[in-house]
Amino acid sequence: MAEIKEEKLEKYLTPVRKILERYEKKEHYLIPVLQEAQEEYGYLPEEVLKEVASGLDLSLSQVYGVVTFYSQFHQEPRGKNIIRVCMGTACHVRGGDKVLEALKDELNVDSGETTEDLKFTLESVACVGACGLAPVMMVNDNTHGRLTPEKIPEILAKYS
Amino acid sequence: MKETIYRSHVLVCTGTGCVSSGSKNIKMALEDELAAKDLSDEIKIVETGCHGFCEKGPIMIVYPEGVFYCQVESEDVAEIVEEHLLKGRIVDRLLFKEPFTEENIPSYSDIDFYKKQKRIVLANCGRIDPEDINEYIALGGYEAVGKALTKMTPQEVIDEVKKAGLRGRGGGGFPTGLKWQFARNSDSEKKYVICNADEGDPGAFMDRSLLEGDPHRVIEGMMTAAYAIGADEGYVYVRAEYPLAIRRLEKAIKQAEEYGLLGEDIFGSGFNFKLHIKKGAGAFVCGEETALMASIEGKRGMPRPRPPYPAVSGLWGKPTNINNVETLGNIPYIIKEGSEAFSSIGTEGSKGTKVFALTGKINNTGLVEVPMGTTLREVIFDIGGGLQEGKKYKAVQTGGPSGGCIPEEYLDLPIDYDSLLEVGAMMGSGGMVVMDEGTCMVDVARFFLNFTQSESCGKCTPCREGTKRMLEILNRICEGEGEEGDIELLEDLGQHIKDTALCGLGQTAPNPVLSTIHYFRNEYEAHIYENKCPAGVCKELAAAYVIDESSCVGCGQCVKVCPVDAISGKPKETYVIDAETCISCGACADRCPVDAISQG
Repeated sequence: MAEIKEEKLEKYLTPVRKILERYEKKEHYLIPVLQEAQEEYGYLPEEVLKEVASGLDLSLSQVYGVVTFYSQFHQEPRGKNIIRVCMGTACHVRGGDKVLEALKDELNVDSGETTEDLKFTLESVACVGACGLAPVMMVNDNTHGRLTPEKIPEILAKYS
Repeated sequence: MKETIYRSHVLVCTGTGCVSSGSKNIKMALEDELAAKDLSDEIKIVETGCHGFCEKGPIMIVYPEGVFYCQVESEDVAEIVEEHLLKGRIVDRLLFKEPFTEENIPSYSDIDFYKKQKRIVLANCGRIDPEDINEYIALGGYEAVGKALTKMTPQEVIDEVKKAGLRGRGGGGFPTGLKWQFARNSDSEKKYVICNADEGDPGAFMDRSLLEGDPHRVIEGMMTAAYAIGADEGYVYVRAEYPLAIRRLEKAIKQAEEYGLLGEDIFGSGFNFKLHIKKGAGAFVCGEETALMASIEGKRGMPRPRPPYPAVSGLWGKPTNINNVETLGNIPYIIKEGSEAFSSIGTEGSKGTKVFALTGKINNTGLVEVPMGTTLREVIFDIGGGLQEGKKYKAVQTGGPSGGCIPEEYLDLPIDYDSLLEVGAMMGSGGMVVMDEGTCMVDVARFFLNFTQSESCGKCTPCREGTKRMLEILNRICEGEGEEGDIELLEDLGQHIKDTALCGLGQTAPNPVLSTIHYFRNEYEAHIYENKCPAGVCKELAAAYVIDESSCVGCGQCVKVCPVDAISGKPKETYVIDAETCISCGACADRCPVDAISQG
């Protein structure tokens, strides 16, 4: 039983090992390695962090410290589509909070949460730098601007 | 190889703003249409970076005439090809209309938004294809660094930058030449240059646009800096939230390497330079230079006390020079045109131009570059086209979370580093958010503090605890629980945090609160003593909405949007809002086609 588990874990860790192979054992590669690993796994589970720590010759606590410091890194599974609602100044004065409310209602999750079917993760971010189109949200790498609460269902439908 | 000569160039903006307004589809439609009309050999489509006028995107400019089309849709493309490109007739309905005169303006250079600008840093943005190094070179690109490497000594380069009077565009305004001198004076085998592209101020996007629209200019600036201080390696630290900027920069670096502009023995001068990109991981504090270096080293991005300054001990303990994107974007101009050309622009203490990101409740949102010393009124009303819906100006917020709000009485203030500081704001990276009478200044202060508080790295106590306490007080005031003494407490706490925090983030975090108290104390007092939010923004204090019977047309749209079913009535008659049920969300007022709904 234990053996099968180990085999599964081995297979699970192959991608992160491949990533590590491409980097020298240097501390300053920690963030790029974590970024690539997260791209691969969608989030950073404990097993992956342990592998990164031993792969770069760092302590797990140091890796954990970096992962929890930067808002880009996640230790929980995430949705297939990531929605980032801009809460920057320009969006704030043009009604970004109403857009966020509309998304919360539509998806039935709070900010920072993922829908049960793992389709969407809803986040609010400080500024995506597209203030000319305020209020704005990003779904994955696509920017949607000049939003109103009424436009939300239509946009979400494109991604589900 | 024979170059095809085209009779017309159609520039399609593919900056982030226009792409999200659909410019990629327009480009495809244009390709199809040109192919269908057999014009592909005569007319060239050029994908450019940001024109700055994001509000009116997608933007298309047709040369040689320089006709500016805005808010173009895919369906319009056939008409543009048929009318303009085939028959030579301008498509009037797609031209830009000045907000006040309603006049159609065909030519790019005649639009008020562009006419009053002076573009040095953004000179190529929107004019060239940022993914083609040849277009940058054709406009004189890499000439400056060529001149520096072959005809000038490093000290001469530094002297030129010093004489130009260039100051850091990232916020602090430290003289760039002096910064370079410090790094040059540090004795070391290994030195680094870093470009700080961790643009995190909410409301600022000039670095993004420059990297997307003219990446080679930034590379050229970095090369010059490296040569001047004696570095052979550089990093661009850019936010991961800017995928397009990263992609264009990667491409630009690759092209520069292929052309021998990056690498070994550049221009046969013996100067070597290697350039890397580091993606940020989402921490605002990494815009602070010591935190940024910690992040490149793979650590938590926390600032450390200075001295030692990075020029003495920076990245991996080596002397390091860090400049902001826009600062570096000025360097090629200074070297090529000379320090006098640069210093003839601007004011006594602030030379050259500054790029501002003009946003908020203004007609012409976008990116503008003006000489230092231009007044706020010129930027907001002449270039920005004034406030939306003719509303009344209340304040402009400059400098992002480190800056302050400037009221109407200072609209004629010439903008430079020192004048802004004098009125309690600051240049910051150049965000300018315009606010009208519908903006609550307490809410704005709370918004910024909420931002800095959540981005505080937690290392020093004044910032970690102090901003949290200030935010608690502001929350209380906005919720109608404000007490006597709260304003004085905010002032006191704010001053202490300014004096004692470790880095720039903490030292400037109280500014938005202190400046709004200074200029809009009456709004704070109204919240606390009268339980009223004058702008009607703070929900707990807001009065219920009422429908004006005489203007209501009975369309019933308000009923549909009311989230709490507070509105009753019959179609074609007058509707009424039940004040008890109304939660003052304002959805009905936003929807009402005849503006019959307002706060009672």
